Amino acid sequence: MSENLTMAAIILGILHSGIRLATPYLFASIGETISQRAGVLNLGVEGIMLMGAFFGFYATMQTDNPWIGLLAALIVGAMMGLLMAIASITFQAQQGISGIGLFMFGAGVSSLLFKTMVGNVVSVNGFSELTFCVSDMLCLSEIPVLGDIFFSHSIVTYAAFALVPFAAWMLNETTWGLNVRSVGQNPEAVDSLGVSVTAVRYAAVMVGSALAGIAGASLSISLLGLFQENMTNGMGFIAVALVYFGSWKPRGVLLGALLFSTINALQLWVQVLDLNIPSDVAVMLPYLLTIIALALPFRRSMQPAALTKPFKRGEN
Amino acid sequence: MKRQFFDRLIDALLPLFAILLAFAIGALFLLWQGVNPLEAYKAMIVGAFGNKNGLADTLVKAVPLMLVALGIAIAFRGGMINIGAEGQIIVGALFTSWVGLQLGGGLPGWFIIIIGLISGAFMGGIWGLIPGFLKAKLGVNEILSTIMMNQIAIQIGFFLLRGPMIDPAEVAAGTNIPQSARLERIADMPRFTDMAKWFGFTESAKNLGLEGFTKEIYGLFVDPTRFHSGFIFAVVMAVLVYILLWRTTIGYRIRAVGLNRHAARYAGMNVKQTMVMSMTLSGAFAGLAGAVEILGLHHRMFEPVAVSAGYGFAGIVAALFGKLHPLGIIPSSILFGGLLVGGDKMQRAMQIPQVLIVAILGLVVLFVVSTDYLVKKRQNRRVSVTDGDDDLAIVEKMKESLKEAGADEEVDA
Repeated sequence: MSENLTMAAIILGILHSGIRLATPYLFASIGETISQRAGVLNLGVEGIMLMGAFFGFYATMQTDNPWIGLLAALIVGAMMGLLMAIASITFQAQQGISGIGLFMFGAGVSSLLFKTMVGNVVSVNGFSELTFCVSDMLCLSEIPVLGDIFFSHSIVTYAAFALVPFAAWMLNETTWGLNVRSVGQNPEAVDSLGVSVTAVRYAAVMVGSALAGIAGASLSISLLGLFQENMTNGMGFIAVALVYFGSWKPRGVLLGALLFSTINALQLWVQVLDLNIPSDVAVMLPYLLTIIALALPFRRSMQPAALTKPFKRGEN
Repeated sequence: MKRQFFDRLIDALLPLFAILLAFAIGALFLLWQGVNPLEAYKAMIVGAFGNKNGLADTLVKAVPLMLVALGIAIAFRGGMINIGAEGQIIVGALFTSWVGLQLGGGLPGWFIIIIGLISGAFMGGIWGLIPGFLKAKLGVNEILSTIMMNQIAIQIGFFLLRGPMIDPAEVAAGTNIPQSARLERIADMPRFTDMAKWFGFTESAKNLGLEGFTKEIYGLFVDPTRFHSGFIFAVVMAVLVYILLWRTTIGYRIRAVGLNRHAARYAGMNVKQTMVMSMTLSGAFAGLAGAVEILGLHHRMFEPVAVSAGYGFAGIVAALFGKLHPLGIIPSSILFGGLLVGGDKMQRAMQIPQVLIVAILGLVVLFVVSTDYLVKKRQNRRVSVTDGDDDLAIVEKMKESLKEAGADEEVDA
């Protein structure tokens, strides 16, 4: 009986952390989806996340208001996106490489500022977990099982999930979304209609990067409440892979993000429970899975036709 | 003729402008911190190149950078983007130390070193072959797969070093630091100090009454420093890669596929096989870097990320800055090795965190890949100017492009 209870508690814990940990993946991958749908592979997500994590953390520490932290992360993310856009769109840099440059820049600057402006690891009061109390007596978070899994997260986590249908609507139903998808698919056609390919791509990359900035902040001021050097630890790169995994669709990205965060949560529990699986092997699992997922043949056909291809008017 | 020379000079100088711009932005940060940037950069340059120990450290760091950059240049020349050098270094270093620990028992040192180097290259090659194969056969984006392979390599490293490969002494002492035992001393790649002794240079610079830079250079070879023969090995490798890329059929194929996959296929080359080969070679060189780090410097395997030490990414910078040319990579690796060492010296002298260098390296990458565009644009302008002089040339060019278009269609169909 007690064994069953522990088992139930573990599964509950895994599901709870799975949803929680999906937050940064969702923000970053949805942002990257927008960028890639416009034809720009932004490989610098990891660096942008680190910048967002630091600035979100620092602004929160200074003002004691996590909303200002979130805003700071958004602005810094968009600025990083601007840098990426200048290199990759205006100067037509090879996107895989400029993204690595952006990653190194973001990782370097965030560590540098952390060391000079903060110095040691301190925690901040970030977003707290909501309880959904209808009255003094009735809180949704108190509902057994469901409360734990669904009604005990911070507002940032709910925003991440709300972003999925919103991004799908933006991409599929609005004129801007149509422009984004078209410049990723057939920039010449968009250009011939008098819409600026460059402007649409700049906007998409900056919006995507702003979301990556928020993804970083969600880690530092919502999930953990602190900043550490290189705290994203490869999440940004996985976020890029999740876009491929999700076939460039917000819904697919959601599925991938949940799958990954749940595996991550599982892996944490493997370490906690000291199961008979080496923790290193468990940590490796998400990366191995990514490679396998990327190898699935049906996904490639969905790839935006002009992905990573700079637009040059008058050629082609 | 003169004009052409001037144009080429500007093209060659553009990357230099890129690095200066990156340092100018770094200077803004230093000013904001209340540090005189000129003094900080001086501390960096003097620290990296101005004395025997700095020079030794610079050249020691140039070795893995050079080998990694050579591998990256092969991949980039073949149209593949290898971001996986970090992981390839790690698996190379792991396998080299494992093989090195298994051998021993009376075998001559040079034999263990050679086998060790081959092992590193072999494992690194496998770590490059997998993403190359996945790209060629299944269309898996090699940028993403190599990044994932990096993380997998790190975890394999930790797994092995905590379990099967851990130094028995660590277990006995109960400290359990994840590191392997030390390789036998006979398997150390000779240091320059040792080689100088073999050749009979034993007198120190002081006894010879040498002064200034000559003293530092002389001291670099004769006084005890960490400077090891891996440097000679890396330079020889650079020359070999030059020969491979520009003097052999394999190299020709790699470059042809990199320039235009469709044209290469039309010319009857096996494009997929070539892609796999350039990735495998690329990984092998990064694996060699790992092997040389173990045999020449660390002599044991420890924390994977500390062994790869960011060389996988810094090597990309060195490769780009060396214009993806093996002979350009030699000086550019020494330069960036110097930057890494100088950053450390600057941190000690000025209390400026060393990570400033990482940020500057990132900017160098961004600026160098951006200036590529300017170079190309200038080249296009030059071509169109010469075409305008000669109407026949235009006709010829049109014929050619028509031919090419036709070729492309056939390939696609």
